[in-house]
Amino acid sequence: MTDTPTEPLKRTPLHAAHLRAGARMVPFGGWDMPVQYSGLKAEHEAVRKGAGVFDVSHMGEFRVTGPGALAFLQSVTTNDVSKLKPGRAQYNWLPGVQGGLVDDIYIYMVRDGEYLMVVNASNIAKDWAHLSAHTAGFEVQLTDESDRWGLLAVQGPKAAELLQPHVDVDLSAKKKNAYFAAKLFGFDVMLARTGYTGEDGFEVFVDASEAETVWDKLLGIGLTPAGLGARDTLRLEAGFPLYGHEFSDTIHPLSSTYSWVVKDKAHVGREHISLAPAHKLIGLKLERVPVREGYPVKVAGQVVGHVTSGTSSPTLGHPIAMALVEAAYATAETFEVEVRGKDHPATRMDLPFYKG
Amino acid sequence: MTNTPSDLKYAASHEWLSADGTVGITDFAQEQLGDVVYVELPEVGRVVEAGETIAVVESVKTASDIYAPASGTVVAVNDALTGSPELVNSAPYEGGWLFKLDVTGEGDLMDAEAYASANG
Repeated sequence: MTDTPTEPLKRTPLHAAHLRAGARMVPFGGWDMPVQYSGLKAEHEAVRKGAGVFDVSHMGEFRVTGPGALAFLQSVTTNDVSKLKPGRAQYNWLPGVQGGLVDDIYIYMVRDGEYLMVVNASNIAKDWAHLSAHTAGFEVQLTDESDRWGLLAVQGPKAAELLQPHVDVDLSAKKKNAYFAAKLFGFDVMLARTGYTGEDGFEVFVDASEAETVWDKLLGIGLTPAGLGARDTLRLEAGFPLYGHEFSDTIHPLSSTYSWVVKDKAHVGREHISLAPAHKLIGLKLERVPVREGYPVKVAGQVVGHVTSGTSSPTLGHPIAMALVEAAYATAETFEVEVRGKDHPATRMDLPFYKG
Repeated sequence: MTNTPSDLKYAASHEWLSADGTVGITDFAQEQLGDVVYVELPEVGRVVEAGETIAVVESVKTASDIYAPASGTVVAVNDALTGSPELVNSAPYEGGWLFKLDVTGEGDLMDAEAYASANG
Protein backbone atom coordinates (compact mmCIF):
# COMPACT_ATOMS: atom_id res chain seq x y z
CA MET A 1 0.00 0.00 0.00
CA THR A 2 1.20 3.47 -0.78
CA ASP A 3 -0.34 6.62 0.53
CA THR A 4 -2.27 8.70 -1.96
CA PRO A 5 -0.34 11.94 -2.41
CA THR A 6 -2.37 14.78 -0.95
CA GLU A 7 -2.06 18.51 -1.37
CA PRO A 8 -0.86 20.31 1.76
CA LEU A 9 -3.79 21.92 3.58
CA LYS A 10 -4.27 25.59 2.82
CA ARG A 11 -4.27 28.13 5.65
CA THR A 12 -6.37 31.24 6.09
CA PRO A 13 -4.75 34.52 7.23
CA LEU A 14 -6.09 33.68 10.70
CA HIS A 15 -4.37 30.33 11.09
CA ALA A 16 -1.95 31.52 13.78
CA ALA A 17 -4.77 33.28 15.64
CA HIS A 18 -6.75 30.02 15.76
CA LEU A 19 -3.82 28.13 17.21
CA ARG A 20 -3.32 30.89 19.80
CA ALA A 21 -6.98 30.61 20.77
CA GLY A 22 -6.56 26.86 21.38
CA ALA A 23 -8.70 25.79 18.43
CA ARG A 24 -8.95 22.17 17.42
CA MET A 25 -8.03 22.22 13.72
CA VAL A 26 -9.46 19.83 11.10
CA PRO A 27 -9.11 19.44 7.33
CA PHE A 28 -12.14 20.98 5.57
CA GLY A 29 -12.43 21.28 1.80
CA GLY A 30 -8.66 21.39 1.44
CA TRP A 31 -8.19 23.90 4.29
CA ASP A 32 -6.89 23.54 7.84
CA MET A 33 -9.82 25.05 9.74
CA PRO A 34 -10.93 25.45 13.38
CA VAL A 35 -13.77 23.08 14.24
CA GLN A 36 -14.15 24.41 17.79
CA TYR A 37 -12.45 26.52 20.45
CA SER A 38 -14.13 26.38 23.87
CA GLY A 39 -16.71 23.77 22.83
CA LEU A 40 -19.30 23.40 20.12
CA LYS A 41 -22.37 23.85 22.33
CA ALA A 42 -20.99 26.93 24.07
CA GLU A 43 -20.08 28.53 20.74
CA HIS A 44 -23.49 27.66 19.29
CA GLU A 45 -25.23 29.21 22.26
CA ALA A 46 -23.06 32.33 22.10
CA VAL A 47 -24.27 32.96 18.53
CA ARG A 48 -27.93 32.28 19.42
CA LYS A 49 -27.91 34.53 22.49
CA GLY A 50 -25.03 36.98 22.08
CA ALA A 51 -22.60 37.18 19.20
CA GLY A 52 -19.85 35.04 17.75
CA VAL A 53 -17.27 35.41 15.01
CA PHE A 54 -16.34 32.78 12.43
CA ASP A 55 -13.34 32.70 10.13
CA VAL A 56 -14.81 32.08 6.69
CA SER A 57 -11.75 33.31 4.79
CA HIS A 58 -11.55 29.92 3.09
CA MET A 59 -14.52 30.90 0.93
CA GLY A 60 -13.71 32.21 -2.55
CA GLU A 61 -14.28 35.68 -4.02
CA PHE A 62 -14.50 36.36 -7.74
CA ARG A 63 -14.87 39.87 -9.12
CA VAL A 64 -16.98 40.13 -12.26
CA THR A 65 -16.47 43.34 -14.20
CA GLY A 66 -17.19 44.83 -17.59
CA PRO A 67 -20.09 46.17 -19.65
CA GLY A 68 -21.31 42.59 -20.10
CA ALA A 69 -21.10 41.64 -16.40
CA LEU A 70 -24.85 41.69 -15.81
CA ALA A 71 -25.70 39.78 -18.98
CA PHE A 72 -23.03 37.20 -18.13
CA LEU A 73 -24.29 36.74 -14.56
CA GLN A 74 -27.86 36.44 -15.82
CA SER A 75 -26.77 33.64 -18.14
CA VAL A 76 -24.92 31.56 -15.51
CA THR A 77 -27.27 31.98 -12.52
CA THR A 78 -30.93 31.20 -11.81
CA ASN A 79 -31.93 34.26 -9.77
CA ASP A 80 -32.60 37.65 -11.39
CA VAL A 81 -29.37 39.62 -10.98
CA SER A 82 -30.99 42.65 -12.70
CA LYS A 83 -32.98 43.20 -9.48
CA LEU A 84 -29.75 43.99 -7.62
CA LYS A 85 -28.84 47.59 -6.93
CA PRO A 86 -25.39 48.88 -5.98
CA GLY A 87 -24.84 48.13 -2.29
CA ARG A 88 -27.13 45.11 -2.22
CA ALA A 89 -26.48 41.37 -2.00
CA GLN A 90 -28.40 38.43 -3.42
CA TYR A 91 -28.38 34.66 -2.82
CA ASN A 92 -28.10 32.78 -6.10
CA TRP A 93 -27.32 29.46 -7.76
CA LEU A 94 -24.86 28.37 -10.45
CA PRO A 95 -26.78 25.63 -12.24
CA GLY A 96 -24.84 22.88 -14.01
CA VAL A 97 -25.15 21.91 -17.63
CA GLN A 98 -26.48 18.44 -16.74
CA GLY A 99 -28.75 19.13 -13.77
CA GLY A 100 -27.71 19.80 -10.19
CA LEU A 101 -25.78 22.83 -9.01
CA VAL A 102 -22.17 23.75 -9.63
CA ASP A 103 -22.49 25.86 -6.46
CA ASP A 104 -24.76 28.05 -4.40
CA ILE A 105 -23.35 31.56 -4.12
CA TYR A 106 -23.85 35.14 -2.99
CA ILE A 107 -23.56 38.05 -5.41
CA TYR A 108 -22.76 41.56 -4.13
CA MET A 109 -23.31 44.48 -6.48
CA VAL A 110 -20.56 47.10 -6.22
CA ARG A 111 -21.72 49.42 -9.05
CA ASP A 112 -22.98 49.14 -12.63
CA GLY A 113 -20.73 46.63 -14.38
CA GLU A 114 -19.04 45.39 -11.18
CA TYR A 115 -20.05 42.52 -8.89
CA LEU A 116 -18.36 40.39 -6.25
CA MET A 117 -19.31 36.71 -6.11
CA VAL A 118 -18.68 34.63 -2.97
CA VAL A 119 -18.40 30.88 -3.55
CA ASN A 120 -17.94 27.79 -1.36
CA ALA A 121 -14.33 27.01 -0.43
CA SER A 122 -14.35 23.45 -1.77
CA ASN A 123 -15.78 24.65 -5.11
CA ILE A 124 -13.39 27.51 -5.94
CA ALA A 125 -11.48 25.69 -8.72
CA LYS A 126 -14.62 24.06 -10.13
CA ASP A 127 -16.59 27.32 -10.15
CA TRP A 128 -13.72 29.20 -11.78
CA ALA A 129 -13.48 26.62 -14.58
CA HIS A 130 -17.25 26.58 -15.06
CA LEU A 131 -17.57 30.37 -15.17
CA SER A 132 -14.54 30.77 -17.43
CA ALA A 133 -16.04 28.27 -19.85
CA HIS A 134 -19.18 30.42 -20.19
CA THR A 135 -17.74 33.90 -20.78
CA ALA A 136 -17.69 33.61 -24.59
CA GLY A 137 -19.86 36.28 -26.18
CA PHE A 138 -19.84 38.53 -23.10
CA GLU A 139 -17.74 41.63 -22.52
CA VAL A 140 -16.74 40.52 -19.05
CA GLN A 141 -13.64 39.94 -16.98
CA LEU A 142 -13.32 37.49 -14.08
CA THR A 143 -10.73 38.02 -11.35
CA ASP A 144 -10.06 35.48 -8.60
CA GLU A 145 -9.62 37.57 -5.43
CA SER A 146 -9.83 34.62 -3.03
CA ASP A 147 -6.33 35.23 -1.66
CA ARG A 148 -6.85 38.97 -1.29
CA TRP A 149 -9.65 38.82 1.28
CA GLY A 150 -10.00 37.71 4.82
CA LEU A 151 -13.69 37.07 5.52
CA LEU A 152 -15.09 37.12 9.05
CA ALA A 153 -18.72 36.38 9.90
CA VAL A 154 -19.97 38.27 12.97
CA GLN A 155 -23.27 36.64 13.87
CA GLY A 156 -25.82 36.82 16.66
CA PRO A 157 -28.55 39.05 18.10
CA LYS A 158 -25.93 41.36 19.67
CA ALA A 159 -23.78 41.66 16.53
CA ALA A 160 -24.92 45.18 15.57
CA GLU A 161 -24.81 46.47 19.16
CA LEU A 162 -21.24 45.22 19.67
CA LEU A 163 -19.93 46.48 16.32
CA GLN A 164 -21.63 49.90 16.30
CA PRO A 165 -19.14 51.78 18.52
CA HIS A 166 -16.27 50.64 16.28
CA VAL A 167 -17.62 51.49 12.82
CA ASP A 168 -18.15 54.85 11.10
CA VAL A 169 -21.62 54.08 9.69
CA ASP A 170 -25.06 53.81 11.28
CA LEU A 171 -25.68 50.05 11.25
CA SER A 172 -29.37 50.47 12.12
CA ALA A 173 -29.85 52.06 8.69
CA LYS A 174 -28.44 48.98 6.96
CA LYS A 175 -31.09 46.38 6.18
CA LYS A 176 -30.62 42.67 5.50
CA ASN A 177 -28.53 42.11 2.35
CA ALA A 178 -26.98 45.59 2.50
CA TYR A 179 -23.35 45.72 1.30
CA PHE A 180 -21.31 48.80 2.14
CA ALA A 181 -17.87 50.23 2.79
CA ALA A 182 -16.96 51.12 6.37
CA LYS A 183 -14.05 51.73 8.66
CA LEU A 184 -13.92 49.06 11.36
CA PHE A 185 -11.39 49.79 14.13
CA GLY A 186 -9.95 52.23 11.60
CA PHE A 187 -9.45 49.61 8.89
CA ASP A 188 -11.12 49.89 5.49
CA VAL A 189 -13.54 46.97 5.15
CA MET A 190 -16.65 46.02 3.24
CA LEU A 191 -19.55 44.92 5.43
CA ALA A 192 -22.54 42.87 4.35
CA ARG A 193 -25.61 42.28 6.50
CA THR A 194 -25.69 38.61 5.52
CA GLY A 195 -24.86 35.32 7.19
CA TYR A 196 -25.47 31.63 7.49
CA THR A 197 -26.60 31.05 11.07
CA GLY A 198 -30.25 32.14 11.16
CA GLU A 199 -29.26 35.18 13.25
CA ASP A 200 -28.68 38.83 12.42
CA GLY A 201 -25.09 39.68 11.65
CA PHE A 202 -22.45 41.02 9.33
CA GLU A 203 -19.85 39.52 7.08
CA VAL A 204 -16.62 41.50 7.12
CA PHE A 205 -14.45 41.57 3.99
CA VAL A 206 -11.02 42.71 5.15
CA ASP A 207 -7.66 42.82 3.42
CA ALA A 208 -5.93 39.49 4.17
CA SER A 209 -2.92 41.30 5.68
CA GLU A 210 -5.17 43.05 8.23
CA ALA A 211 -7.45 40.12 9.02
CA GLU A 212 -5.61 38.93 12.10
CA THR A 213 -5.58 42.37 13.73
CA VAL A 214 -9.29 42.84 13.07
CA TRP A 215 -10.03 39.32 14.38
CA ASP A 216 -8.14 40.05 17.62
CA LYS A 217 -10.01 43.33 18.04
CA LEU A 218 -13.35 41.58 17.50
CA LEU A 219 -12.50 39.08 20.25
CA GLY A 220 -11.51 42.07 22.39
CA ILE A 221 -14.99 43.61 22.18
CA GLY A 222 -16.65 40.42 23.41
CA LEU A 223 -17.27 38.28 20.36
CA THR A 224 -16.94 34.54 20.95
CA PRO A 225 -14.72 32.74 18.43
CA ALA A 226 -16.86 30.01 16.85
CA GLY A 227 -15.74 27.09 14.69
CA LEU A 228 -17.05 25.01 11.85
CA GLY A 229 -18.83 22.70 14.30
CA ALA A 230 -21.11 25.47 15.57
CA ARG A 231 -21.49 26.88 12.08
CA ASP A 232 -22.88 23.54 10.95
CA THR A 233 -25.32 23.04 13.84
CA LEU A 234 -26.51 26.66 13.49
CA ARG A 235 -27.10 26.41 9.74
CA LEU A 236 -28.86 23.08 10.17
CA GLU A 237 -31.22 24.48 12.82
CA ALA A 238 -31.90 27.37 10.43
CA GLY A 239 -32.71 24.87 7.65
CA PHE A 240 -29.99 26.20 5.33
CA PRO A 241 -28.84 23.68 2.72
CA LEU A 242 -25.09 23.06 2.53
CA TYR A 243 -23.26 22.28 -0.68
CA GLY A 244 -22.03 18.68 -0.67
CA HIS A 245 -24.96 17.63 1.53
CA GLU A 246 -28.27 19.10 0.34
CA PHE A 247 -26.85 20.45 -2.93
CA SER A 248 -24.50 18.75 -5.37
CA ASP A 249 -23.73 18.37 -9.05
CA THR A 250 -26.40 15.66 -9.22
CA ILE A 251 -29.09 16.64 -6.66
CA HIS A 252 -31.94 18.53 -8.34
CA PRO A 253 -31.79 21.93 -6.59
CA LEU A 254 -35.59 22.27 -6.55
CA SER A 255 -35.67 19.31 -4.17
CA SER A 256 -35.08 22.04 -1.59
CA THR A 257 -37.72 24.58 -0.67
CA TYR A 258 -35.78 27.30 -2.47
CA SER A 259 -37.77 27.47 -5.70
CA TRP A 260 -37.72 31.29 -5.39
CA VAL A 261 -34.05 31.23 -6.42
CA VAL A 262 -35.12 30.19 -9.94
CA LYS A 263 -36.60 33.00 -12.00
CA ASP A 264 -38.15 32.79 -15.45
CA LYS A 265 -35.18 33.72 -17.64
CA ALA A 266 -32.74 32.10 -20.05
CA HIS A 267 -29.74 30.54 -18.25
CA VAL A 268 -27.29 27.66 -18.34
CA GLY A 269 -28.94 24.31 -17.56
CA ARG A 270 -32.50 25.70 -17.64
CA GLU A 271 -33.91 22.59 -19.33
CA HIS A 272 -32.86 20.44 -16.36
CA ILE A 273 -34.15 22.74 -13.65
CA SER A 274 -37.55 23.01 -15.36
CA LEU A 275 -38.09 19.27 -14.79
CA ALA A 276 -39.91 18.37 -11.58
CA PRO A 277 -37.54 16.89 -8.97
CA ALA A 278 -37.99 13.22 -8.08
CA HIS A 279 -37.03 13.91 -4.46
CA LYS A 280 -37.91 16.52 -1.87
CA LEU A 281 -35.89 17.83 1.05
CA ILE A 282 -37.72 17.48 4.37
CA GLY A 283 -36.97 18.09 8.02
CA LEU A 284 -37.09 15.28 10.56
CA LYS A 285 -37.29 15.29 14.34
CA LEU A 286 -36.09 12.35 16.41
CA GLU A 287 -36.57 11.68 20.08
CA ARG A 288 -33.10 10.60 21.15
CA VAL A 289 -30.81 9.00 18.60
CA PRO A 290 -28.82 11.42 16.44
CA VAL A 291 -28.93 10.44 12.77
CA ARG A 292 -26.14 11.16 10.33
CA GLU A 293 -25.65 11.74 6.62
CA GLY A 294 -26.42 8.67 4.53
CA TYR A 295 -28.67 6.85 7.00
CA PRO A 296 -31.70 5.28 5.21
CA VAL A 297 -35.11 6.94 5.70
CA LYS A 298 -38.12 4.61 5.54
CA VAL A 299 -41.91 4.71 5.48
CA ALA A 300 -43.54 1.54 6.81
CA GLY A 301 -40.27 -0.34 6.46
CA GLN A 302 -39.62 0.68 2.85
CA VAL A 303 -36.61 2.87 2.05
CA VAL A 304 -37.82 6.17 0.53
CA GLY A 305 -34.71 8.31 0.92
CA HIS A 306 -31.68 9.16 3.04
CA VAL A 307 -30.43 11.68 5.57
CA THR A 308 -28.35 14.52 4.07
CA SER A 309 -27.38 16.25 7.36
CA GLY A 310 -28.10 15.37 10.96
CA THR A 311 -27.13 16.52 14.42
CA SER A 312 -28.38 16.86 17.94
CA SER A 313 -29.84 20.37 18.01
CA PRO A 314 -28.20 22.35 20.82
CA THR A 315 -31.06 24.90 20.85
CA LEU A 316 -33.99 22.49 20.65
CA GLY A 317 -32.48 19.71 22.74
CA HIS A 318 -33.37 16.84 20.42
CA PRO A 319 -31.89 15.39 17.22
CA ILE A 320 -32.83 16.99 13.90
CA ALA A 321 -32.03 16.01 10.33
CA MET A 322 -32.61 17.01 6.76
CA ALA A 323 -33.40 14.17 4.37
CA LEU A 324 -34.04 13.73 0.67
CA VAL A 325 -37.10 11.53 0.19
CA GLU A 326 -39.08 10.43 -2.86
CA ALA A 327 -41.49 13.26 -3.72
CA ALA A 328 -44.56 11.08 -3.10
CA TYR A 329 -43.54 10.73 0.57
CA ALA A 330 -42.63 14.37 1.21
CA THR A 331 -45.92 15.06 3.01
CA ALA A 332 -45.89 11.92 5.16
CA GLU A 333 -45.83 12.71 8.88
CA THR A 334 -44.03 9.68 10.28
CA PHE A 335 -40.86 7.98 9.13
CA GLU A 336 -38.23 5.63 10.45
CA VAL A 337 -34.51 6.23 10.20
CA GLU A 338 -32.25 3.19 10.20
CA VAL A 339 -29.39 3.62 12.67
CA ARG A 340 -26.83 0.80 12.81
CA GLY A 341 -29.37 -1.78 11.61
CA LYS A 342 -32.23 -0.66 13.86
CA ASP A 343 -35.18 1.52 12.83
CA HIS A 344 -35.96 4.57 14.98
CA PRO A 345 -39.18 6.61 14.67
CA ALA A 346 -38.94 10.13 13.23
CA THR A 347 -41.59 12.77 12.56
CA ARG A 348 -41.63 15.36 9.82
CA MET A 349 -40.79 18.84 11.07
CA ASP A 350 -41.19 22.00 8.97
CA LEU A 351 -38.02 23.85 7.96
CA PRO A 352 -36.48 25.88 9.41
CA PHE A 353 -36.22 23.95 12.66
CA TYR A 354 -35.39 27.20 14.41
CA LYS A 355 -36.30 30.76 13.49
CA GLY A 356 -34.38 33.51 15.25
CA MET B 1 -4.17 18.25 31.35
CA THR B 2 -6.45 15.26 31.19
CA ASN B 3 -6.89 12.79 34.02
CA THR B 4 -5.48 9.24 33.68
CA PRO B 5 -5.99 7.21 36.89
CA SER B 6 -3.11 4.86 37.64
CA ASP B 7 -5.26 1.91 38.77
CA LEU B 8 -6.83 1.38 35.32
CA LYS B 9 -5.67 -0.22 32.07
CA TYR B 10 -6.09 1.53 28.74
CA ALA B 11 -6.67 0.57 25.11
CA ALA B 12 -5.05 2.55 22.30
CA SER B 13 -8.64 3.20 21.12
CA HIS B 14 -9.26 5.19 24.38
CA GLU B 15 -11.32 2.75 26.47
CA TRP B 16 -10.37 2.03 30.10
CA LEU B 17 -10.79 -1.26 31.95
CA SER B 18 -10.83 -1.61 35.73
CA ALA B 19 -9.86 -4.68 37.76
CA ASP B 20 -13.57 -5.56 38.23
CA GLY B 21 -14.26 -5.46 34.47
CA THR B 22 -15.87 -2.01 34.29
CA VAL B 23 -15.33 -0.23 30.95
CA GLY B 24 -15.56 3.44 30.01
CA ILE B 25 -13.86 5.98 27.78
CA THR B 26 -10.97 8.10 28.95
CA ASP B 27 -10.96 11.74 29.97
CA PHE B 28 -8.82 12.43 26.89
CA ALA B 29 -11.41 10.73 24.64
CA GLN B 30 -14.41 12.56 26.09
CA GLU B 31 -12.62 15.85 25.66
CA GLN B 32 -11.83 15.06 22.03
CA LEU B 33 -15.46 14.05 21.37
CA GLY B 34 -17.02 17.13 22.88
CA ASP B 35 -20.56 17.19 24.27
CA VAL B 36 -21.91 13.64 24.39
CA VAL B 37 -25.61 13.50 23.50
CA TYR B 38 -26.34 9.78 23.12
CA VAL B 39 -24.79 6.46 24.10
CA GLU B 40 -25.78 3.15 22.53
CA LEU B 41 -24.95 0.39 25.00
CA PRO B 42 -24.57 -3.37 24.39
CA GLU B 43 -27.11 -5.94 25.57
CA VAL B 44 -26.43 -7.73 28.81
CA GLY B 45 -25.37 -11.30 28.05
CA ARG B 46 -23.54 -10.44 24.85
CA VAL B 47 -20.25 -12.29 24.41
CA VAL B 48 -17.50 -10.19 22.85
CA GLU B 49 -13.93 -10.52 21.66
CA ALA B 50 -11.36 -7.89 22.59
CA GLY B 51 -11.24 -5.26 19.85
CA GLU B 52 -14.83 -5.83 18.69
CA THR B 53 -17.17 -2.82 18.29
CA ILE B 54 -19.47 -2.98 21.29
CA ALA B 55 -21.02 0.47 21.85
CA VAL B 56 -21.39 3.87 20.21
CA VAL B 57 -20.89 7.28 21.81
CA GLU B 58 -22.44 10.16 19.88
CA SER B 59 -21.47 13.79 20.29
CA VAL B 60 -23.30 16.69 18.64
CA LYS B 61 -21.16 16.23 15.55
CA THR B 62 -20.16 12.58 15.26
CA ALA B 63 -20.81 8.97 16.17
CA SER B 64 -17.75 7.13 17.55
CA ASP B 65 -17.42 3.38 17.88
CA ILE B 66 -16.34 1.97 21.24
CA TYR B 67 -14.26 -1.21 21.19
CA ALA B 68 -14.19 -3.92 23.84
CA PRO B 69 -10.83 -3.66 25.69
CA ALA B 70 -11.20 -7.29 26.78
CA SER B 71 -12.96 -10.50 25.76
CA GLY B 72 -15.84 -11.68 27.93
CA THR B 73 -19.55 -11.41 28.61
CA VAL B 74 -21.45 -8.17 29.23
CA VAL B 75 -22.89 -8.48 32.75
CA ALA B 76 -24.17 -4.92 33.30
CA VAL B 77 -24.72 -1.64 31.46
CA ASN B 78 -24.92 1.90 32.85
CA ASP B 79 -28.62 2.75 32.50
CA ALA B 80 -27.98 6.25 33.90
CA LEU B 81 -26.53 7.18 30.50
CA THR B 82 -29.96 6.80 28.87
CA GLY B 83 -31.21 9.95 30.55
CA SER B 84 -27.85 11.62 31.23
CA PRO B 85 -25.36 10.86 28.45
CA GLU B 86 -23.38 13.94 29.54
CA LEU B 87 -22.05 11.88 32.48
CA VAL B 88 -19.50 10.57 29.99
CA ASN B 89 -18.11 14.12 29.82
CA SER B 90 -18.44 15.11 33.46
CA ALA B 91 -17.36 11.85 35.12
CA PRO B 92 -15.67 9.55 32.60
CA TYR B 93 -14.18 7.31 35.31
CA GLU B 94 -17.12 7.32 37.72
CA GLY B 95 -20.79 7.96 36.83
CA GLY B 96 -20.01 7.90 33.11
CA TRP B 97 -18.88 4.26 32.95
CA LEU B 98 -20.40 2.31 30.01
CA PHE B 99 -20.69 -1.42 30.86
CA LYS B 100 -19.16 -4.25 32.88
CA LEU B 101 -17.54 -7.36 31.47
CA ASP B 102 -16.97 -10.78 33.00
CA VAL B 103 -13.46 -10.78 31.57
CA THR B 104 -12.06 -13.96 30.03
CA GLY B 105 -9.03 -12.35 28.38
CA GLU B 106 -7.62 -8.87 28.07
CA GLY B 107 -6.73 -7.23 24.79
CA ASP B 108 -3.51 -5.34 24.19
CA LEU B 109 -3.69 -2.80 27.01
CA MET B 110 -1.39 -0.08 28.37
CA ASP B 111 -0.79 1.16 31.88
CA ALA B 112 -1.64 4.77 32.76
CA GLU B 113 1.87 6.05 32.13
CA ALA B 114 2.07 4.54 28.64
CA TYR B 115 -1.41 5.77 27.74
CA ALA B 116 -0.74 9.28 29.03
CA SER B 117 2.53 9.56 27.14
CA ALA B 118 0.87 8.27 23.94
CA ASN B 119 -1.78 10.99 24.24
CA GLY B 120 0.26 13.81 25.71
